[in-house]
Amino acid sequence: MPKSVNRKSRLGALPWIFPALFMIFGFVLWPAFEMIRTSFQEVSTSGITEGWAGLENYRTLLVNPDLPNVLIRTFIWVVGIVFFTILISLPVAQLLNAKYPGRKLVRWAVIIPWAASVVMSSTIWKWILDPYYGVLNKMAMDLNIFTEPVDFLANPKHSFAWLMLVAVFVSIPFTSFVILAGLSTIPDDIVEASTVDGATAWKGYRHIKFPLIKPALLVAMAINLINIFNAFPIIWVITGGGPGYETDTTTTLGYKISFRDQDIGQSASMASINLIIILVFIGIFLKVSKSQERNS
Amino acid sequence: MTTQIVSKRHKRFTGKKVSLTISAWVLGFLFFAPYLQMLLTALKPQEEITSIPPTYFPKEWAFDNFINVWKEIPLGTFIKSSFIISMSATIIVMFIAVPAAYYVARNDFRGRKPFLFLVLVTQMFAPTALVIGIFREIVKLNLVNTYLGLILVYAAFNMAFSIWILSSFFSSIPKEIEEAAWIDGCSRLTTLTRIVLPLSLPGLATAFIFTFIAAWNEFVIALTLTSSPEQEPLTVGLTALIGFYQVQWQYLFAGSLIAIVPVVILFASIEKWLVGGLTAGSVK
Repeated sequence: MPKSVNRKSRLGALPWIFPALFMIFGFVLWPAFEMIRTSFQEVSTSGITEGWAGLENYRTLLVNPDLPNVLIRTFIWVVGIVFFTILISLPVAQLLNAKYPGRKLVRWAVIIPWAASVVMSSTIWKWILDPYYGVLNKMAMDLNIFTEPVDFLANPKHSFAWLMLVAVFVSIPFTSFVILAGLSTIPDDIVEASTVDGATAWKGYRHIKFPLIKPALLVAMAINLINIFNAFPIIWVITGGGPGYETDTTTTLGYKISFRDQDIGQSASMASINLIIILVFIGIFLKVSKSQERNS
Repeated sequence: MTTQIVSKRHKRFTGKKVSLTISAWVLGFLFFAPYLQMLLTALKPQEEITSIPPTYFPKEWAFDNFINVWKEIPLGTFIKSSFIISMSATIIVMFIAVPAAYYVARNDFRGRKPFLFLVLVTQMFAPTALVIGIFREIVKLNLVNTYLGLILVYAAFNMAFSIWILSSFFSSIPKEIEEAAWIDGCSRLTTLTRIVLPLSLPGLATAFIFTFIAAWNEFVIALTLTSSPEQEPLTVGLTALIGFYQVQWQYLFAGSLIAIVPVVILFASIEKWLVGGLTAGSVK
């Protein structure tokens, strides 16, 4: 902050920032508080609060036999998708940054899954994967990969892998554009200099470009972490978390408990645990990225 | 001399350039392909969609699907709802984020840091994670099945990004320009509207379009807070069609495309600034 500006009192700032504060407190922090409070309450199926429940909701949730698998799956979901998204986005960003005819069109094409609603992207994937009418089966059969139509979503293990693939597909555009933003800040002469010095393309990338895009990469990872943990429409539209709970993550499980089983209190405790999990994820992430910074 | 080196390199890497171009185009096609499939399905007549084996291209191009869809499903109502909700949320965000971002960018005040921290926290809370709390609150406020409920929630959750991006744009405008305006007798507010805002148009456009698209595409909160076709936005209204015993895929996808195409064009229009804006966000 420039010194020429005097530190102003809080009151001077109020007219400028009060509306923002009002929205944050009213519609972000209040629901967060309300949710945590509900997790300790007994709520009837019609949504009426019937008093305090202590830890009862948490106890019911923790004895749910499906929960351990859902937790493991959530972990695989978040780590797997973030990992593959970053891994693929790095070369994609390179391609978006390089110079060739039609680059603008390629960039626009990559933007589509980012701009389009995830719900609608999920719908088209559900259709592509359809066992009878889906184009993927048709292509696989025309290429003689298999002779009988395959129901890709019949086996929960397979369908979960497909869900992850769709999630990676919709996450790459944003991620590669953030990395692209990092790449475009690198002055051309740095890259030129490394080529003149005889560094191979890979070495130049690894030792010169990569460290420079690392800040952008970390931002992309953090935002992906939050988005993917909360990714709801992909699972909801394609498998509905089924069969049973076999493709659910904690996010869709929480939703099912509240809006299908009508157990708001228990679902609030699931969501509160979710908040803790995401905080832990972010905490680990910050720690790792800090120690990375120190090493470099 | 530089041109010589460049032209030499050009020649040497022609083969590389061709493979680069091809792989970039393949990449572009891969991301485009699912939406092409959407279009091809939207252009097939009902009988062809449910024929086995399926076809790649429509045997009969049913362009009238894009006309009939307006009668077959309440697409007009969905679009109207989506537009009113997204536009209102975006306007609220702009009216709230611009002054906050401007003040934060230009002034040091007690509480500046806590305020920025709060903004960051909102950015980390996804509405999906708080859906139960939001639902309970909206029930208490008696705003279930209203546009207003969705508008307020969308405005609140999308404000952080706008404040963030706008304040970095405002900080990049030299103070001297503003000071000159003050000397000429302009008030704070006139300086903001006459000098700062016109200079930050790219930032304003980015914040505006980002908020609009986020609201336009939102699903979970809308699914939870609306239950009648009158108030449902597009995302919820269209997916509700999948639940029917016979999905009319051609209409579902025709409707989806009508929803997707405008936002993709909006997005592509800010592509140039998108990269810059994201950098500003990632450096800060």
